[in-house]
Amino acid sequence: MGYKQYILVCGGTACESNQGIALFNALKNAVVSNGLVNDVQVVRTGCLGFCEKGPIVKVLPQDTFYVEVKPEDAETIIKEHIVKGRVVSRLLYDKKQSKINVGIEGIDFYQKQFRIVLRNCGVIDPDKIDEYIARDGYKALEKVLFTMKPQDVIDEVSKSGLRGRGGAGFPTGKKWSFAAAQPAGQKYMVCNADEGDPGAYMDRSTLEGDPHSVLEAMIIAGYAIGADKGFIYIRAEYPLAIQRLETAIAQSREYGLLGKDILGSGFSFEIEIRLGAGAFVCGEETALLASIEGNRGMPNPRPPFPAVKGLWGRPTVINNVETLANIPVILTKGGLWFSKIGTATSKGTKVFALTGKINNSGLIEVPMGTTLREIIFDIGGGIRNGKAFKAAQTGGPSGGMIPPQFLDIPIDYENLGKIGSIMGSGGLIVMDEDDCIPNIAKFYLDFTVDESCGKCAPCRIGGRKLLNYLEKICNGDGTSADIENMQEISEAMARASLCGLGQTASNPVKSSLRYFMDEYKEHIDEKKCRAGKCKNLLRYTIDTAKCVGCTACARVCPASAIAGERKQPHVIDKTKCIKCGQCFEVCKFHAVNRA
Amino acid sequence: MAKLTLNDLRKLRDEKQKTMAKRDPSNKDAQVIVGMGTCGIAAGAKETFNAIIEELDAKGITHVLVRQTGCMGLCHSEPTVEVIVPNMPVVIYGNVDAETGRQIVHAHIIGKTLVDNHICDKPAMDIVR
Repeated sequence: MGYKQYILVCGGTACESNQGIALFNALKNAVVSNGLVNDVQVVRTGCLGFCEKGPIVKVLPQDTFYVEVKPEDAETIIKEHIVKGRVVSRLLYDKKQSKINVGIEGIDFYQKQFRIVLRNCGVIDPDKIDEYIARDGYKALEKVLFTMKPQDVIDEVSKSGLRGRGGAGFPTGKKWSFAAAQPAGQKYMVCNADEGDPGAYMDRSTLEGDPHSVLEAMIIAGYAIGADKGFIYIRAEYPLAIQRLETAIAQSREYGLLGKDILGSGFSFEIEIRLGAGAFVCGEETALLASIEGNRGMPNPRPPFPAVKGLWGRPTVINNVETLANIPVILTKGGLWFSKIGTATSKGTKVFALTGKINNSGLIEVPMGTTLREIIFDIGGGIRNGKAFKAAQTGGPSGGMIPPQFLDIPIDYENLGKIGSIMGSGGLIVMDEDDCIPNIAKFYLDFTVDESCGKCAPCRIGGRKLLNYLEKICNGDGTSADIENMQEISEAMARASLCGLGQTASNPVKSSLRYFMDEYKEHIDEKKCRAGKCKNLLRYTIDTAKCVGCTACARVCPASAIAGERKQPHVIDKTKCIKCGQCFEVCKFHAVNRA
Repeated sequence: MAKLTLNDLRKLRDEKQKTMAKRDPSNKDAQVIVGMGTCGIAAGAKETFNAIIEELDAKGITHVLVRQTGCMGLCHSEPTVEVIVPNMPVVIYGNVDAETGRQIVHAHIIGKTLVDNHICDKPAMDIVR
């Protein structure tokens, strides 16, 4: 029993609309006509990604990947590949086109998605320390405690070129060396797990899928900087991550990997979990420290930097979850190995939470230098419902909107900065033609105004003013002077705000004014919202030539604003219309116009 | 378990590596791995997990190990389930509700046939090559 080979046919919407079903049937018929019913199974799958090259066919167990396969190719695949065992080379994806450069490790190395941070996510049982250990877990700790001096550890991390994954991209090795250089005494190691960007969940998934990698990294960091106490600051909204962390801490304590005299090395380290109440500003390091100390989560001016004067006035290193998850791998494989992945200034990989108007939303990890196009169209399977790509937002509310002309720039810290966005923690929200840019900017400002702690005026007042202008524009009351004012306020906020929240809060506005000025102008001058999102700017009318009088719109209208006899053209009473758009959605004859 | 020394840890790692390797598809054991991050659980992974275990019990199947893991990254098709059966390709299924879970037991584990319309790939696996 059992088949020798399996032919997977992509059943994603893009492939199906591209003769995928005909192809599936043709393959099935070819299997029958060649008498292979007991040897080969043809199955439909979910979207395999890479929709622009669809329909996709994959033959297992050889893992042969055929692209742009037509129903007429079915017979060839069966006769050549299945019967004679010869690959149909004309249908292969040209492997020379691979743009991902990971250096010397050879082809085998990057056959799969490039996972360093997520190496164990979706592989091990996160509640079992033994499975982590079996996957080389705590091997780096072993190496560090018994063969390396603290300075060696810092040198190795510096050599790797790892930069903070929380947003700003400060070199991790440098941060550690600042804290290590402080006179001996009480020092602290803090893990920032206060992930707060809307649409971002990389850190949560890492902690839920592989909590021990973060614990191991914290112990290593503690050893490197001379700290014996660590805190994980995590938001209370992540109950599963907290539960798995607690289990992991208890297990490593039981094994003597945490606590006094770890593995008999003489080094001791303890970790405590501190729960945050979900304030976005507490992801900012000085506010986070204030919150751990039991004070109101508000930022303080830097310097002094936490590495010099942090928690309770003591030298403190704060690293984000993803940064830490890289550490054990860097130390087992070496800084040099890590430094060969990525671009000149940004090393390693980046995890993105891919969301928005994308076919395959998901958690992905790609080498630095991968382009947005590869992420969105190859890995993400393109835009939902075949719509046009409008913009991508990296860095959540602190980032900028990236327009289509930058789809092909390699993503790294510098390139994103140049085009007015930031790397951020890894949220990547994709917008399509149905998204209204001023409206999205308003959404982000609404968020940052809500989350501003109010301590400094530029953020507290500037954010509110920006939001007011955006509301005015979306309501159809904007003037061109508003644009100038918004630009001025944005600059002031970026320069004068106390912490990262205020300094970056205007990024969505700045970047959208830079790349989507025409949409702002339309809202202001023509009182028009091309995406049909700004209610006040919409006018619904019925095209009497197209209306067949089916009464569908009149029945669905909640305001009883549509009148008309059956089989006669209907009319919308503008005084009653509440612009809900239901008539537009329901009309099968495209007779309702929205302008 | 008492606190480990360096040698204990190394020994444990070797041992566990061997036991994990034993679950390799070329050997006897089959595995069903359910993605149970917040994303999976929110989409009903717990129901799927229980349905698979109950169905295996009902059919008296004992050579299949059912495990949990974290997020596989395929958020668009949660809950996700990875199935490793000897002499069959390793397959990840997406959108596996309790009913599909039972179907996987019947078709894939007992019948050695892949389940239509639910197969996923880890994203980018083929493209990055």
